[in-house]
Amino acid sequence: MSEALAQLAVDFALLSLIAVGGVINVLPEMHRNVVEVRGWMSGTEFAQLFALAQAAPGPNILVVSLIGWKVAGIAGAAVATAAVCAPSCVLTYAVSRIWQRFRGARWRKAVEDGLVPVTVGLMLAGGYLITLAADHSALAFVVTAATAGVVLTTRIHPLWLLAAGGVLGLAGWV
Amino acid sequence: MSETPGAPGTVELFLRFTQVGVSGFGGVMPWARRMLVEERRWLSAEEFSEALSLCQLLPGPNIVNMAVCVGTRFRGARGALAAVMGLMCAPFAIVLVLGALFTQYGDLPAVSAAFRGISAAAAGLVVAMGLKMASSRRLRSPMAVFAVAAFVGIALVRLPLGVFLLVAAPASVAGAVWRSR
Repeated sequence: MSEALAQLAVDFALLSLIAVGGVINVLPEMHRNVVEVRGWMSGTEFAQLFALAQAAPGPNILVVSLIGWKVAGIAGAAVATAAVCAPSCVLTYAVSRIWQRFRGARWRKAVEDGLVPVTVGLMLAGGYLITLAADHSALAFVVTAATAGVVLTTRIHPLWLLAAGGVLGLAGWV
Repeated sequence: MSETPGAPGTVELFLRFTQVGVSGFGGVMPWARRMLVEERRWLSAEEFSEALSLCQLLPGPNIVNMAVCVGTRFRGARGALAAVMGLMCAPFAIVLVLGALFTQYGDLPAVSAAFRGISAAAAGLVVAMGLKMASSRRLRSPMAVFAVAAFVGIALVRLPLGVFLLVAAPASVAGAVWRSR
């Protein structure tokens, strides 16, 4: 196993276990690790891969596949994807078999109530950091803000907004 | 596990989750709900919500956790594997093809210009998701301080997430316990 593959396996397996509330919540940590600690790519490239994964069908976890692929080709993609899924899958498998028993238990509710605010803060941090990584002009920030505004106020399909962003970019405005 | 008659087999789990995986753009969970609750009726709406809250609580990708929960429920470990493989395999292949195309053509001025716009919009999707979650009922309480702490600690101070969670998660759960007394 090459060094890069081993690093991908370890980094994403650890990420899997701290990704409370979903993988988008560990976007800041992924960015910190991939861009700042490992130096595998620039912040812009990271934002591009994220956008690519968002534009593709399937779970948004696939940004991890793209990162792995960028670092070490197909093998890297497979290793990173497996690493980010396996530990949490095993945990979910184990917990899902016993969780029903604690329905209505007070500690179960406390754990749920306690983790929600933390995951919300993480999600907002992810939005903040990916915006800084993606936007390099004033108009890019306008596009980001407008997209967020439209998502919050309408039920339009997100893919249309990505397409609109693409058109504005093509027009040379972003 | 409960291998009741009429429960989906591993092949059906694989196929249905494949369908869910390739239909979801920018969020797969709504499609999973539609398949599980409305089309196949493998879960009731209440069972789905309960499974979802567990999947959100546990670390890892929520939708992958959901596949594990559903697969486990009907066919144990093999069912879980079938559902996860179904969910991931086709989108994995598709995203790599897109990645390859992007590497090939990403340097063209038109493509990179379009991608600046797409990246900006994609960032907006995450911002919106965060704001949506922030307006939820559970946050209108002193517990919101933990959301603020997470934002400041991770986005501004740039603490490593693992270190932050070791302190913040127990503190936040303790806060919830204290409030429920």
